[in-house]
Amino acid sequence: MATADREALLDPLFNNNPIALQVLGICSALAVTTKMETAFVMTLAVIFVLIGSNVAVSLIRNRIPDSIRIIVQLTIVASLVIVADQILKAFVYDISKQLSVFVGLIITNCIIMGRAEAYAMQNPVKLSLLDGVGNGLGYGVVLMLVAFARELFGSGSLFGVTILRSVNDGGWYVPNGLMVLAPAAFFLIGGFIWAVRSYKPEQVEEDFHVGALLELGNEGSLR
Amino acid sequence: MQHSTGYILLFAAMVCGVCSVFVAGSAVVLEERQVANATLDRQKQVLTVAGLREPGGRLNAAEADRLFEENIEAQVVDLKTGVVVEGVDTMTFDQRKAAADPATSEVAPDNSAKVRRLPNQGMVYRVVRDGRFESVIVPISGQGLWSTLHGYIALDADGRTIRGITFYEHGETPGLGGEVDNPRWKELWVGRKAFDSSWKPKIWVKKGRAGTPEADPYNVDGLSGATITSRGVGNLVRFWLGNDGFGPYLASMRQAG
Repeated sequence: MATADREALLDPLFNNNPIALQVLGICSALAVTTKMETAFVMTLAVIFVLIGSNVAVSLIRNRIPDSIRIIVQLTIVASLVIVADQILKAFVYDISKQLSVFVGLIITNCIIMGRAEAYAMQNPVKLSLLDGVGNGLGYGVVLMLVAFARELFGSGSLFGVTILRSVNDGGWYVPNGLMVLAPAAFFLIGGFIWAVRSYKPEQVEEDFHVGALLELGNEGSLR
Repeated sequence: MQHSTGYILLFAAMVCGVCSVFVAGSAVVLEERQVANATLDRQKQVLTVAGLREPGGRLNAAEADRLFEENIEAQVVDLKTGVVVEGVDTMTFDQRKAAADPATSEVAPDNSAKVRRLPNQGMVYRVVRDGRFESVIVPISGQGLWSTLHGYIALDADGRTIRGITFYEHGETPGLGGEVDNPRWKELWVGRKAFDSSWKPKIWVKKGRAGTPEADPYNVDGLSGATITSRGVGNLVRFWLGNDGFGPYLASMRQAG
C-alpha cells in the first residue's frame, strides 16, 4: 500500500486518534459504551457514515459553491445517518432499540463533519475513503476499550457473556456502579489519552501547563 | 471559486434530490423488514409480561408464534360494555389504528393521561396455560414527558394483583424517563394491587421509595429525575384500568369467574 494511503488509514488509530488527539466525538463515547455490543454496532454505524460522507464530499469537492459548503456537507451526513438508522432497524432491531436516539445523534458527532471539512474537501476520493475508515477505526478503538472496562467491571460480562458472576445472580462479584454511569467513560478516556501520550510524548501540546490557561494572552498554546 | 446564483441553486437542488432518493429508497426497501421486527418485538413484550419468556432472551419469529398460539388467546372487546366481540380477526385488528380512525373511535373524555381518542374496541390477551386461566394482559398508553408511552400491563386471574408491566414504545429521555425499561423497576410492579376494595384503580407511581408489595401494595417507586414520566405512567395505568378504558371488560371478566 502506498505511504500516503497507509498514513490515511493507520494514522487515526493512535497517531491522530479522533477522540484522544483531535478530541472529537466524546459525547457518544459516554453514552453507548456501557456494553461492548452497542459500542461495536455504534462503531460500525459511524464507519459507514464516515466512509459515505468522506467519499461523497470528496467526489464533489471541486464543484461545491463556497457559500453553501457546510450545509451541503450536513445534508449528505444527515441522509447517511437516516439510512444507517433504517438499516439498523431492519437488521438488528433489538440493538437499534438500545441505541435509540444515539444513532440519530451521529449527525452531531464532530468527527464526521470534522473530517469532511478538514480532509475530504482537500483530498481525492481514495485517500478520503481510507481516512474515513481510519478515523472510524480510531473511534472504534477508544469505544471498544472503554466499553470493555465498563461492561466488565460494571456488569461483570463481555459481549453479554458473564465473566464475573454478580451477587444478584448468586455469585461473588459486586458490580461497580460507577462504571455504569457516564462519568466513568470520561475517566477512562482520560486514562487512554494519558497512556497514548506517555507512549507518544510528541502529542502533548507545547508549553502546556495548567497555569498558562489562567494567564491572559496567548501563552500555553493549545493546538 | 465564484459561482453564479443559478449554479448555486441548481447544485443545492441536485444535492437535495440525490439525498432524497437515497433516503426514501432505503426506507421503502427496508419497510417490510422493519414492520416484521416491530411486530415480533411487540409479541415478545406480551410474552414477557405474561411471564412466558425471560426478558432479554433471544426469540425468533417462529418460536414467538408458537408460544403465542399455545398460551395466549387474543380477544377483541367492546370498551364500553366489556363484552367480547365475535367475528373480528384478532391477527389483523390494530387497536392503535382503530383509535386514529374516526369511524371506529371517538374523542376521549378529559383525562390526566392525555389520551386523545378512544377506540370503540380494544384488544386484550388472556394467558391460558394447561387449560387454566392465568392472567389477562391489557394495552396501555398515555403521555409521558416527551412522548406517548405504549405498553402492556398484566393482571393475575384475581383481576387485582399486578403480574407485570412493560412499555414497548416511548421517546422518554434515556437514563431518566427511559428507565421505564429498566427490568429492576419493572420488577417493582409485580405483586402490587391495581384496584382497591371497591375496584377503583388505586395503583400509583409515588415520588421516592415505596415499601414492599405487602406493606405498600398500591404504590411503586418513582423514577429519580423523571417526575413527569412517573406521573404519566401512574395516570395512564389508572386510565386504562378505569371505567373509560378496560374497566368494564375487567369487571365482566371477574363476574364470569
